[in-house]
Amino acid sequence: MYFIIAIVALVFVVLTGVVISRLQGVLTSVKKPESADAVPEGNSWNGAMFIVILVAAVIGITWSYLHAREHFLPIASSVHGRRTDDLFWFSMGILTIPFAFVNFLIFFFAWKYQYKKGNKASFYPDNHKLELIWTIIPAIVMAMLVFTGWKAWSDITSDAPADAEVIEITGKQFNWIVRYGGVSDNKLGNYNYKLIDAQNEVGIDLSDENSFDDFLNPTEMHIPVNRPVLLKIRARDVLHSVFIPHMRVKMDAVPGMPTKFWFVPDKTTAQMRADLNDPNFKYEIACTEVCGQGHFSMKLNLVVEDEASYKKWCAEQTTFLQTYPEYLAKVPDNLKAKAMKGLPAETTTPADTAKTASVGGGMGTSAALR
Amino acid sequence: MSAIEGMEAAVHHEEHAHHHEAQSFWQKYVFSEDHKVIAKQYLITGILWAVIGISMSVIFRIQLGMPDSNLSWLRPLFGNWISETGKLDPNFYLALVTMHGTIMVFFVLTAGLSGTFSNFLIPLQIGARDMASGFMNMLSYWFFFLASVIMFASLFLQTGPAAGGWVIYPPLSALPQAHPGSGMGMTLWLVSMALFIVSQLLGGINYITTVINLRTRGMSFDRLPLTIWSFLITAILGLISFPVLFSSVLLLIFDRHFGTSFYLSEIYINGEALPNVGGSPILFQHLFWFLGHPEVYIVLLPGLGITSEVIATNSRKPIFGYRAMIASMLGIAFLAFIVWAHHMFVTGMNPFLGSVFMFLTLIIAVPSAVKGFNYITTLWKGNIVFTPGMLFAIGMVSLFVSGGLTGIILGNSALDIQLHDTYFVVAHFHLVMGAASAFGLFAGVYHWFPKMFGKMMNRTLGQIHFWFTFVGIYLIFIPMHYVGIAGFPRRYYQFTSYDFTHKFMDMNMFITVAAILSFLAQFIFLYNFFSSIFRGKTAPQNPWRSNTLEWTTPIVPGHGNWEGEIPAVYRWSYDYSKPGATEDFIPQNIPYSQTLESNFPHENELIATEKEIAAQNFNDQFNQAH
Repeated sequence: MYFIIAIVALVFVVLTGVVISRLQGVLTSVKKPESADAVPEGNSWNGAMFIVILVAAVIGITWSYLHAREHFLPIASSVHGRRTDDLFWFSMGILTIPFAFVNFLIFFFAWKYQYKKGNKASFYPDNHKLELIWTIIPAIVMAMLVFTGWKAWSDITSDAPADAEVIEITGKQFNWIVRYGGVSDNKLGNYNYKLIDAQNEVGIDLSDENSFDDFLNPTEMHIPVNRPVLLKIRARDVLHSVFIPHMRVKMDAVPGMPTKFWFVPDKTTAQMRADLNDPNFKYEIACTEVCGQGHFSMKLNLVVEDEASYKKWCAEQTTFLQTYPEYLAKVPDNLKAKAMKGLPAETTTPADTAKTASVGGGMGTSAALR
Repeated sequence: MSAIEGMEAAVHHEEHAHHHEAQSFWQKYVFSEDHKVIAKQYLITGILWAVIGISMSVIFRIQLGMPDSNLSWLRPLFGNWISETGKLDPNFYLALVTMHGTIMVFFVLTAGLSGTFSNFLIPLQIGARDMASGFMNMLSYWFFFLASVIMFASLFLQTGPAAGGWVIYPPLSALPQAHPGSGMGMTLWLVSMALFIVSQLLGGINYITTVINLRTRGMSFDRLPLTIWSFLITAILGLISFPVLFSSVLLLIFDRHFGTSFYLSEIYINGEALPNVGGSPILFQHLFWFLGHPEVYIVLLPGLGITSEVIATNSRKPIFGYRAMIASMLGIAFLAFIVWAHHMFVTGMNPFLGSVFMFLTLIIAVPSAVKGFNYITTLWKGNIVFTPGMLFAIGMVSLFVSGGLTGIILGNSALDIQLHDTYFVVAHFHLVMGAASAFGLFAGVYHWFPKMFGKMMNRTLGQIHFWFTFVGIYLIFIPMHYVGIAGFPRRYYQFTSYDFTHKFMDMNMFITVAAILSFLAQFIFLYNFFSSIFRGKTAPQNPWRSNTLEWTTPIVPGHGNWEGEIPAVYRWSYDYSKPGATEDFIPQNIPYSQTLESNFPHENELIATEKEIAAQNFNDQFNQAH
């Protein structure tokens, strides 16, 4: 680290040196009377600087790229992620050509055509053929990039396959809450933001029978490998954005407007640990839309595992109703029997109905699967 | 004609108010209606804001690059925003980021750049006595000043200034319970911006009217310097887009204070479900970026115009492809209005809409490429003089191209999924819009300083300032692209919470060191600027041997700019190094009949029209007044 700082410092010291030596030359020359077509003050050293900086930039950019490359994100762990990665490096490759070419011309011309005594610039106000060439060539390159990008984009944003595992993720200040459809029906129940309270953090609507086996997890998201996963994304308070760097997934979470994103993870956490030779590797979910004080630490761990372990993990989770049996009071009477399945016998006595019956009564709820 | 007569009536009135009475100090230097004084007011205010805005960035760069450093030395200034142990408060970090963005985009690069040079150069380069309405022009500055005072005051609130990012997306910005900065700080932000927009509109209407109506004899649109074209197009962009920001600000004020639900729906916060339903936070983003994207070009186009003028003058060559330059600016301006949603690819907006906006966005690369290549061809076979202005103009082209290219990546919605809201975006727009426009500003200040103050800035100091700044900018922002490719999200107080950001500590420190050094280099400029106002060498009549009309005024132009008649214009402003001419420049006010040795055949035909041009005089506000 200090090595790099030393290099920056060195660059600036060299620059300062060059500048000071020039300054002295300039100061002595100031005293001489200026003739009309003398070389303008400081022109030659500034011309030379363009070449110095050009060479330094080529070395600096190449070296820093090679140095930084190992820290760029590792190979994507999702199918579409590898595709966008390829597209990214392909586009970057194409764009490096004009970047190098144009900057070379700017620096080179500045040096080459610096003021020379008795020289006269060429009067060259236009050339339609040239203008046409550099209108059409960028247009063609753009068209190509647009087309590849557009195809990738429409595939990524197409509707999720029917067999996708549907998982709901809700952002709040400052953590994520994950909800699964549950093992018996694997369907997410309806929700309503007015039903949210300290326990029912995502507003599960218990008058919907699909919600009876839903389970929540505020610390970890598990997903099966090699199967499409459809994230249903919601926000409770302000904007958030689900960002899974290794999956190349990002989608805003918007209060009042559910969003979605589907992807196919194809590397388990264990595989990544082996690939990277890092036994502590974890997939992470971050927030990328500024949401307040805790924005920088809104972390949720993600575990990608094979189908069997995923099923096993799901089966081990306690459903919302098992965790908070008092919410049975909110289940309509005709569905109570169904809701009580799977609950331990001693907790199935309905809680104090008077306390909770009125909350959310008669209110429409949003279907999670719209 | 009626429009012109209307204007003359207004001007006539103004002349009576001013021309016959001696002006008091207040009228002359404070509540001045003279475009040159107003331009300087904008410039000085802009410089002060820039110092504040850039200092803020240095503080949060220290937080990002050297998270362990002890900031207790800032406690006298920031009080409890710095903890007892010398740590920056996370809320204050967000406030710094927000205010840095707001200040730099609006107060420095919109008001400081466009306000300074549109005001200063439009009358001088088109040959007018002053702006169409000096009074509106004065109001424009003082509304800006008021906006500045309110924004500045918000920095001292106990709860801090606005802190939801410079884009102030609701619901965060709408709900005081979501963040301390969304309380009084956001209220003041909104009031300040509303006043700022009023200022921009007063200024913009004036610029457009002046360019259309007050051009001198012979100054047809195809003889306007590219600076004026860029200011005109900028003003039109502002006039169309700023009212939309005004409406979005207004609706946000309604949501905050009057219980409406334009942007709010289904929110549960602090243990309470809010009653608002039916609004959409995405609506705000659409309205905001309908201004926000043209704003990028409002910031950039004046820089491009200044660069065109400075590069042509100091290459001693006509600008290559004058008409193509105008066409590409018009193209960029038009496209600027139909690409806004590329800021919103991952907001859950309809993916088909994303495809449309991706297509439109990438078209912008074409006129931008034309501009880049035209600048380079202007350098080709020139006879380049490296004045500080010229160095900054060349640097501007390099930054514009380098930063613009990564825009092609971000405009691609499939690639934007990963890169959105990472440091890749930050690096991209700082190069193409921040640094490039700032370089345009520097080029303009160095180039027109002699006209503004009648003094020369120190050339060597200017050249030194350029190299430190230019190298510094690249040292900051190229590594920042790397950090972005690694997926580092922006607006993070620190990178310690995640494994995937547990790297590049050295790179972030490198960026911070480069940022501090570049910041320090700006003091060379500040010293040079302020000391040259008082102690600079007196400027010659035409220090850069330039063609445009401002150099035909007295060295320090007084009220009305020209003593006696306004010069007539007979040619475009780019007759540099014309074959056959003895000098390597022919100013715009020299008729073709005096340059027979260098005229092209079609120009000899224009000699016949010269008498007619000389006879016109309906635009001289002084002649009308007497």
